[in-house]
Amino acid sequence: MRGASKTTYQLPIGPIHPALKEPVMFEFKVDGERIIDVDVKLGQVHRGIEWAGTRRNPIQILYLAERICGICSYCHPMSFALAVERAAGIEVPERAQYLRVIQGELERICSHVLWAGVAAHEIGFDSVLFLTWEIREKGLDLTEYLTGNRVTKGITMIGGVRRDITDDMVPKVKQALDYLKEKIDKVQHVFLNDKTIKLRCRDCGVLTKEDALKLCAVGPTARASGVKKDVRLDQGYFAYTDLDFDYVTPDIITGEVKGDVYDRVIVRLLEVKQSINLIEQCLEQMPKGDIVSEPKIPKLLATLKRVNGEGIGRMEAPRGEVFHYVRFTGTGNPYAWKVRAPTYNNILPWIPMLLDQQIADIPIVAASTDPCMSCTNRVAIISNNKRYIMNSEELHRLSIEKTRRLSI
Amino acid sequence: MRFSMIPVVLAQMLKKPFTNKFPVKYAPSSPSRFLEKVEKGEIKINPPVPVPERFRGRITYDKDKCIGCRLCLQVCPSEAIEYKTEEKKIRIYLARCTFCAQCNEVCPVSCLSMSNEFLLSDTDKYSNSLIVE
Repeated sequence: MRGASKTTYQLPIGPIHPALKEPVMFEFKVDGERIIDVDVKLGQVHRGIEWAGTRRNPIQILYLAERICGICSYCHPMSFALAVERAAGIEVPERAQYLRVIQGELERICSHVLWAGVAAHEIGFDSVLFLTWEIREKGLDLTEYLTGNRVTKGITMIGGVRRDITDDMVPKVKQALDYLKEKIDKVQHVFLNDKTIKLRCRDCGVLTKEDALKLCAVGPTARASGVKKDVRLDQGYFAYTDLDFDYVTPDIITGEVKGDVYDRVIVRLLEVKQSINLIEQCLEQMPKGDIVSEPKIPKLLATLKRVNGEGIGRMEAPRGEVFHYVRFTGTGNPYAWKVRAPTYNNILPWIPMLLDQQIADIPIVAASTDPCMSCTNRVAIISNNKRYIMNSEELHRLSIEKTRRLSI
Repeated sequence: MRFSMIPVVLAQMLKKPFTNKFPVKYAPSSPSRFLEKVEKGEIKINPPVPVPERFRGRITYDKDKCIGCRLCLQVCPSEAIEYKTEEKKIRIYLARCTFCAQCNEVCPVSCLSMSNEFLLSDTDKYSNSLIVE
């Protein structure tokens, strides 16, 4: 048709789509193969976990928090425990601090290796998926050996951990770590030298350092853009202050920071090696002693029942900073419990990453931040069976109301 | 190497599959007939992968030891434990149990413990095999 102006197309992807592992809704505006506008819609998997938490006591919440995320099933309860410990003023024994680091780093290994497999699958490189998940299997076996379960570990206790690593367990742990170290080198070789991965990941989904800072990206996503941000180093919780490690940025290997998908791959693979190193350091330095400050749970519950105050728990989960806020008013059950999962911060960086990319790159760019949607979804607004979006004034008003409610 | 996965994939082809074919290699056409044959000893079941030490499986409950203190009810995260007021004993619904073993730790007389049994599937969540009392 003559005189017709060139138009763009709307391309909805999600909430359920084969390329996405979890429900999230993207609305793209495309011009040919090029993406010119992105909108992300959340709130498909709201589960009301925080609400359920206010009807349980802190010991019960540990297991509820574990079910916020399947992969970060250690970070969430541990972060909650940190918040409760701060509110109640509970001191954690030194050995438990080291054991907490070991469990946290083991989870990071499993999570990053799993992510490497998913990323390879997203670009159609399925043989790497099987290679990485073979390694993850060993990581999960080690988790099972140390905690009793493979996924929902049930290792967290307020004031410590539930299971110790005894001297006769150490050789088996070291053996598993040696296996992981050897295999990770192999995976790193594939990821860094294979042509296919370089072709698909280099200069794809770029997040500049300015954008990463402006949009508050966290975890490997921020570090891959050159932002030196890591709660383990910035805040120094658990025994991290006694351990020797540094920020992981991609320029350690490539000499420059580009902030693309390839850099995010490098950061995660380097972090796996760093985690193995941290566990080894912990096994060497770990002092003898108690693993929990109050082994009698009825006594602990009675202490928590008297707590009147608030606390926060911050922790570096595999995906970035996880944040728990808890407030007690002396009833035993928390009056308020707020969870902020790392993916929440890593949603907005999707927009600069996806702009000007091709449609075929959507899965790998979306997967490159390691999103975890069901951990993020904390709210869904429905009125008269219809969803609606709140504007900033309404949100501000609600925010003020909530602050007033909490500060009684 | 430009295509570094090729040697790995070729080596993988010669390896035995990792999957443990539990309980049998192929699904039987009739599970009930298959189970009858297993009971008679005509077919052998492929053993499962052994569970690790300190595995948390089906709860075992020593009713005589229980003093009915109700501490386990307080800590159970999924409210899987019911208190029988007349008998002053408990009943555990395994369909709700999350296998965290918190009740084992809190029990003052150690009447609860975790076994290694993990084959718990059933079509009815209130069937007798899923209730411990």
